[in-house]
Order: sequence, then structure tokens, then C-alpha cells
Amino acid sequence: MSTPPSLPRTPTSATAAEIQTIVAARLLRDARSVFIGVGRPSTAAILARELYNPDLVLVYESGTIGARPWRIPLSIGDGELAETAEAVVSVPEMFNYWIGPGRIQVAFLGAAQVDRLGNLNSTVIGDYDHPKTRLPGAGGAPEIALGCPEVIVVAPHSTRTFVEKLDFLTTVAAPKAVITDLGVLEPDPETKELALTELHPGASAEAASEATGWDLAIAATPATTEAPSAAELAALRELIAR
Amino acid sequence: MSAITTLPEAIAELVGDGDTVALEGFTHLIPFAAGHEVIRQGRVDLTLVRMTPDLLYDQMIGMGCAKGLVFSYGGNPGVGSLHRFRDAIENGWPNPLEVEEHSHAGMANRYAASAAGMPMAIMRGYRGTALMAHTRVEEIECPFTGETLVAVPALDLDVAIVHAQEADRDGNVQLWGIPGVQKEAVLGARRSLVTVERIVEALKPRPGGVVIPGWTIDAVAEAPGGSLPSYALGITERDNDFYKFWDKLSRDRDEFRSWMDEHVMAEVGAR
Repeated sequence: MSTPPSLPRTPTSATAAEIQTIVAARLLRDARSVFIGVGRPSTAAILARELYNPDLVLVYESGTIGARPWRIPLSIGDGELAETAEAVVSVPEMFNYWIGPGRIQVAFLGAAQVDRLGNLNSTVIGDYDHPKTRLPGAGGAPEIALGCPEVIVVAPHSTRTFVEKLDFLTTVAAPKAVITDLGVLEPDPETKELALTELHPGASAEAASEATGWDLAIAATPATTEAPSAAELAALRELIAR
Repeated sequence: MSAITTLPEAIAELVGDGDTVALEGFTHLIPFAAGHEVIRQGRVDLTLVRMTPDLLYDQMIGMGCAKGLVFSYGGNPGVGSLHRFRDAIENGWPNPLEVEEHSHAGMANRYAASAAGMPMAIMRGYRGTALMAHTRVEEIECPFTGETLVAVPALDLDVAIVHAQEADRDGNVQLWGIPGVQKEAVLGARRSLVTVERIVEALKPRPGGVVIPGWTIDAVAEAPGGSLPSYALGITERDNDFYKFWDKLSRDRDEFRSWMDEHVMAEVGAR
């Protein structure tokens, strides 16, 4: 991995989505346990367990603790999760005994809208009583964000998602990091406002600014994300193809 | 001891127009066959309660069974939107839907409170979110520590309907795999129905098995495959392709209605 950053490091260059997934997976290198929904965060967590952290405990809100899925599940309640879990618990137990007291270290969350403080909307677009788009709703997110010591938000970087004002405040996430397909945003230690601190290979600060619905703060010298290695990319593609 | 009966008889006896009904099952063991029987018997004005409405409530809402919905996540898991649910809320089709929404933790605690016979449950959560102003929760101070907590009201359920793998001839029920909030729903409701994959001579203890004694259940009915396209661990498999198919089919009102007419109303196999 000693190739200069300007040269491609992989046989086939990674897509922005692949980089986003791999960056999310790397954040779990040293984590004990992670709470995940379906989609890209779930792919990232399964990849992390296979590549860097075989002891990582995967927890799904369906009640499966320590699941070891071989395939990416379509739903959080797929049979493979229950069959491979260390423990399967009821929903009240999951929230009251496991998530609430902070037993699950990291939470991965997504959302339809994210604001500059990392608050999330997954409830409605438009007015609550007469919504333009009715979204699925809170699910487990509010209490997962409250209970888990570290929250990581994974979301596509666009002005539709990163908005000046949320249409509905579903979850006070206070994320440690927001991973987008362009880079990584982290909160300012004092103001808590998200600032761009890292750019993925091929992405620019201008593109990130344009894709953000507020005047995005940018670190003096944003770091460049380490490009996915051939091994990381191959493992991700193989996982998705299963 | 619960009565072992047929599904049509159980629905006719236990579910009335205007009832508050929970058909539970968290991704696993969703009682589709029972929900379809409710649709076929033409129940209306129901207040449907479920953490994750899923395809079953999408179908019941689209067929006009519901006047209200109490829920915490109204999506097609891993696929996207529930289009009939959205159409009811966004456009009032086929009729307006009164919505009361919570977080999963809130709903889970509401079920637990109803099972415990308590008027409410207390928890940490909701504070700082817009849900506080849009749903039934209240702040409450802990009398011991002074911490501000949130109280959620117990669910007030007329009927709970759940699906399980097995019952014995006395109507004792056992389910295993993801247990969701089924036990809480059955214990928390005034009346209850459990549909099962099979009726066996005697229940055999299973790892993680949840046993619900027959004397807490009103009726048990055999419904093999009765949770498809959800699943019953060890017996049927989740039909993930159907969840994807539903996303396309259910976008259109007419296609939805004709699919329901053919596959549910005409009683051609339980889907």
C-alpha cells in the first residue's frame, strides 16, 4: 500500500459507494460491538468482521445479538441472523437491557435528512400533518442514538439529504462522524457543527460544499481517505455477490 | 385451555368492527393468514397496532380495514416504502388514516406495560425530538433520583393475533427464533388468537423457545405457511423476492386491488 495517492491503487477503481462502505467498515477495526440496520451500514459491519475484526459483535434490532451472517441480509429479521446469533432476545429486552444501558458500543444510522448538528429526520418530508412524502418513521433510531456511546451516520452526500433545516427532528444523533460518499464530516469540539475533515479519493471540497444545503465548514487541510486496497475491494465485491 | 378452532371461526368470534387489533411479529412470524382472513371477512374501522406495519398492514390499509394506525416503523424492510400506507397518509386512499407513531423502544415499552397490567411504562428517550409534540408521551420525574424520564401509555388492545411454530392439543403454544413482542401482545390484550404451523402431540423444548400457556390464549388455529412471505424459523423461509415484488406491484391502486382479489379475496392459497 505504498503507491502515491495520485496513482490508482486498485485493479478496478472503486465507486464512491464502495469507498463509503469500506471507510465505514474501517471505523469498526477496534470496536467491540456495533448496532446496525440494513443497507450500506450492514454491509460495512459484515465486511469489518470478515476483514479486520472477527470478534466484532453484530447486533440487529430484531433481537439478534452476535449474528454471523455469511450473506448480506435483506431484512434485519432474516433467518440467518437468528440462526447464527449468540443470543436472540425480545424487542423490549433489546431496548431496555441492551441498547438503553449502553451495552452496544457503536451505532450505525442512516436518515433521509441530516442537519449541521447531525440531527436526523426519517419521519416526513413536508408538513407533518400533510406530508409531501411519508417516510417510514423513527424505528429504533432515537433510543439507539441515546443509548449507544458512539454514533456513526452513513448517508449519501446531496442537498436533498444534507439540509439547512430538517422537516422533522426524529433523532438527536450527536454523531462522532458522518460518512458520505464524498468524505467524512466530524463535529467541531465546541460548536458541534459538522465540518468536512476528510475527502475520499477523487472527491473535492467544492463538490462536498455544493452537495451540502448549508454553508459547510471545511477543515484547513482535509485529509485524504486512504484508497481502498485491492484486498478490501475484492472482499466487498465478493460479499455483495454472495 | 384455549379452544382449537378454525381460522375463519376464530376471526369471526374474536375480531369486531372498530376494534383495536395488534397482529404482531417482528419481521419473523408475521400472521399473514390471519390478517388475510380479517380482510376477507370485511372488518372495518379497525385501529391497527404494530411496531412494523410491514406488507400485511399495507394490504389491510389498502383494502380499507383500518381507520387508525399505531406504529413505529412503516417501511418495507430493506426494500423501501410501503406504498398503500403512504397513499393512505398522503392522499387519504382508500380512506383517511389516523396515525399515532412512536419509536420502537416506546412501542416495546407500551406492549410490556400492557402485559404487566400497568397504565404506563417509563423509559429514557423521545426528549429533544419532534415526536414529543406529535405523540402520546409525557415527561415524568424519577421520585428517587430526580432524573427526567418519559412515560408512555400502555397499549389498550382488544385483540392480539400472533403466529407460532407449534401448539399442542391443549392449545399451549411454542415459538422460537426472533420473538419480537408476541408474548407481550398476547398477555396485554383482552382477547387473543394464535395461528400455528402445526399442532403436535406434545411441545418439545427448543433453544430460545417462548412458551405461552394455553390458558392465556382464547383460540388457536392451524395455518400452515401462515406467516409467508414472512417466515417461521425452521419451517418456512422468508420470501425476500416477494418483498421486492410488492414494492413494484403495490405502487398502483388498481394493480394492488386486482392482486388482492385474486390472491386473498378468492382464497387461492395463503400468501
